[in-house]
Amino acid sequence: MKVLLLALALLLPFAANAADSLAPYVPKGQGEKCVEDVEVMRRDHMTLLTHQRDKTLREGVRTKTHSLKECIACHVVKDGEGKPVTIADERHFCRSCHGFAAVKPDCFSCHASTPEAQKAER
Amino acid sequence: MTELTRRQILATGAAIALAPGLTLIAPAHAKNAEDPASAQNRWGLLIDAAKCAKGCTSCVDACKAEQGWSSQGRPQTDPQWIRKIALRDPSSGRESSLPVMCQHCAEPPCAAVCPTGASFKRADGIVLVDRHICIGCRYCMMACPYKARSFVHEDVHGQRPHMPRGKGTVEGCTLCVHRVDEGRLPACVEKCPEGAMLFGDLNDPASPIAQRIAAETTTRIRQDLGLSPAVHYQGV
Repeated sequence: MKVLLLALALLLPFAANAADSLAPYVPKGQGEKCVEDVEVMRRDHMTLLTHQRDKTLREGVRTKTHSLKECIACHVVKDGEGKPVTIADERHFCRSCHGFAAVKPDCFSCHASTPEAQKAER
Repeated sequence: MTELTRRQILATGAAIALAPGLTLIAPAHAKNAEDPASAQNRWGLLIDAAKCAKGCTSCVDACKAEQGWSSQGRPQTDPQWIRKIALRDPSSGRESSLPVMCQHCAEPPCAAVCPTGASFKRADGIVLVDRHICIGCRYCMMACPYKARSFVHEDVHGQRPHMPRGKGTVEGCTLCVHRVDEGRLPACVEKCPEGAMLFGDLNDPASPIAQRIAAETTTRIRQDLGLSPAVHYQGV
């Protein structure tokens, strides 16, 4: 069973590229690799973000590694005109997977889903 | 490490000699990103009403631009983080004008009444709303004697990345906590054309704000309530 799941997990990114696949197309982020392994991020990104938000808001710790702002800046997806797409767009990094899994993240009722203008330029 | 980044240089809080006779003085309050806010600091403001120009709204405009809130012409429901108020002494006719925002009380009544712990005071005295757990009950708005908080009645779009805001939660002045943590001044202080606002550490006897409060007559609004606000006024 485990082997099957592993094989699935490994094949999923390739399958995602096939146009006729049902798997979500997850846009690539900038840079070489994510702040954690992909497997860790897929399973635990919400825990990392929750932990980070409490450290930042309540204690004033401003490290960037697990900051939502940095996720948004690195995983920005641009539309045809080079403008970053918001969570309202199906191409948005978070939306691509959350839409597929039918899990609505609450983050963006308050948080900006696009980076600040000058950050998006880079 | 051979090269210090700008942040690291600022974080040392030291005066750096660029050349003999030329010294760059970095803000003393910049902290390392990984360090939590410290109870050794108590951030506050000193507002000189004598310098505050009647009709000038630079501080309010700066706050709106920095934090991404705006007025829709609906005073009953519009958010309001900072406002200008006009005072008039009926006996003498003397008029003065001053900005009022969250007073960042040492004993914040908003935090005392909050049923979820969303209203809280950071270690360095900055009073904030944790909107992740705010349920929008508005007890804090009723408890605050300064009318410093407002409720977000409408959907919000186009938030600044550093300042999440959303419908159904309460908000108020954060003393520009995102700037303070970087060693920068609050937006209102930076943009005041008259230099009527002074920001600093009330706990540091060497800071300009503490020295002025020690040397000059200052007051705090509703001192009788014993809340010990961090915002001091002068010339009211």
